Amino acid sequence: MNHSIFQMVCFVVFAVVAVGAALAVVSVKNTVHAVLALVLTFFSAACLWMLAEAEFLALALVVVYVGAVMVLFLFVVMMLDIDLEPMREGFIKYLPIGIGAAVIMLVEMLGIVGVKTLQIPAGANPAGASNIEWLGMALFTRFLLPFEIAALILTVGLVAAVVLALRVRTFSKHQNPAAQSAVRAAGRVRMVKMAATPPAASSKQESQA
Amino acid sequence: MNLSSDPMIFLWTLGKILIVAVPLIIAVAMYVWWERKVIGWMHVRMGPNKIGPFGLLQAFADVTKLLIKEIIIPTNANRLLYFTAPLLAVIPALAVWAVVPFNGGGLVIADVNAGVLYLLAMTSLGVYGIILAGWASNSRYALLGSMRSAAQMISYEICMGMALVCVLVLAGSLNFTAIVEAQAGSKGLFDWFWLPLLPMFFVYYISGVAETNRLPFDVAEGESEIVAGFHVEYSGSAFALFFLAEYANMILLSFLAPILFLGGWLSPFQGWHLGFLSEPSWIWLFLKFFIFATSLIWLRATFPRYRYDQIMRLGWKVFIPISIVWIFVAGIFRYFNVVTPGH
Repeated sequence: MNHSIFQMVCFVVFAVVAVGAALAVVSVKNTVHAVLALVLTFFSAACLWMLAEAEFLALALVVVYVGAVMVLFLFVVMMLDIDLEPMREGFIKYLPIGIGAAVIMLVEMLGIVGVKTLQIPAGANPAGASNIEWLGMALFTRFLLPFEIAALILTVGLVAAVVLALRVRTFSKHQNPAAQSAVRAAGRVRMVKMAATPPAASSKQESQA
Repeated sequence: MNLSSDPMIFLWTLGKILIVAVPLIIAVAMYVWWERKVIGWMHVRMGPNKIGPFGLLQAFADVTKLLIKEIIIPTNANRLLYFTAPLLAVIPALAVWAVVPFNGGGLVIADVNAGVLYLLAMTSLGVYGIILAGWASNSRYALLGSMRSAAQMISYEICMGMALVCVLVLAGSLNFTAIVEAQAGSKGLFDWFWLPLLPMFFVYYISGVAETNRLPFDVAEGESEIVAGFHVEYSGSAFALFFLAEYANMILLSFLAPILFLGGWLSPFQGWHLGFLSEPSWIWLFLKFFIFATSLIWLRATFPRYRYDQIMRLGWKVFIPISIVWIFVAGIFRYFNVVTPGH
């Protein structure tokens, strides 16, 4: 009883933070703040999934989106010098489109939730065991082909991004690590054996000067 | 309403957190002392020896000094993020310890099934503190340091994650306690995962050093190039938090390397019937921890700093191909029962 109240309080807190942060993403002026608000949204969503005992999804969301994707996003936003004024002007103009998209998404989500609630409420933990084990079993047996195709598509995307962004600059200088490690002292430095006698004549000249 | 039990569970959890967190913070102070002492010996110096016996209280004197220093904020710094950044660095560094076990039988704050994933999630959050510190300070050196650090941490996270995947394949579990128990057997230290996963053991350790931004991978700080990198503009207790996060992460690495590859609290003589020497104990874990923690100091005293392009080459062109190949090898080991967990 007490436990479920605690869970309810947690849910409300995380949900409010998620929605608030999502609103902040589109409303704050500073772009870096907006990216950080998006990070907070993802994190709160992960906490919500954790409450639903879908710990694999929650932690994967944090590892992939918060830990990698958003870091690169933050990186780019930090490096860009974004002029905010023209972007603020478009805000009112595009507001109806945004609201329209939001309404459609809301209807769709209500549709999914409505259909689901009519069926048996499937818990995230069907076998009573760790749902990571269950998920791994399903992914690598029943859904192996879709899983492999998804991996292939991601790889193709990666290669495509590299090809699109790669500029071969003929004037840039590269280091060849193999050549660098192959360097030996004998090839660079010539040791010359010299007699240790002081040049007497020159020292006399110096003392005269 | 069952009010009597829930507050007790809450208090007990809080107590467990304190039992881990307070010794961890003291361990950071002692680790700093040990580092200065060992590096002193390696340089044929005395190291700290004035405050307390053998200079033991030196670290506490330094902490006191740091805490009472003024925090200077750069004029054009983003004040909110400037103060959030050290917190973002230190919170994940402490939160990771929730899943690190210290002995068999559940001597851990949270014995969760997704322990390794939680570890990956928390360590990947630590990079935010560094990036934001560099950006919020509004300083060139700080920004350069944070950019270098972000690139380095993201690159090495990949091969570190793949090294963890190899361990998971052999252990068949994401739970740290189960991973250690999977290394039990009768062949002593040859039952541990370092032997079938020898290349990954080195990949994990070196990536861990790179993740903690320690020498020879400390381009993020690079005193000779960019003063102190991402924390140039920080002073007083805000700097102390970065310091705490870095050393807590080093201690974490020194605990995880034994847990994942060297049998955790299992004895190196397990199954050899040597009496108490063959028994698993937390003492073994702490001995292994001590060796790894000291090796990090040794690395610092020995190697010069890597060049930036060499760091990127090592991470992407050397470690990742090795990791991909060894995931296959680990899978083959498991499929043909070359390595069986718990035997």
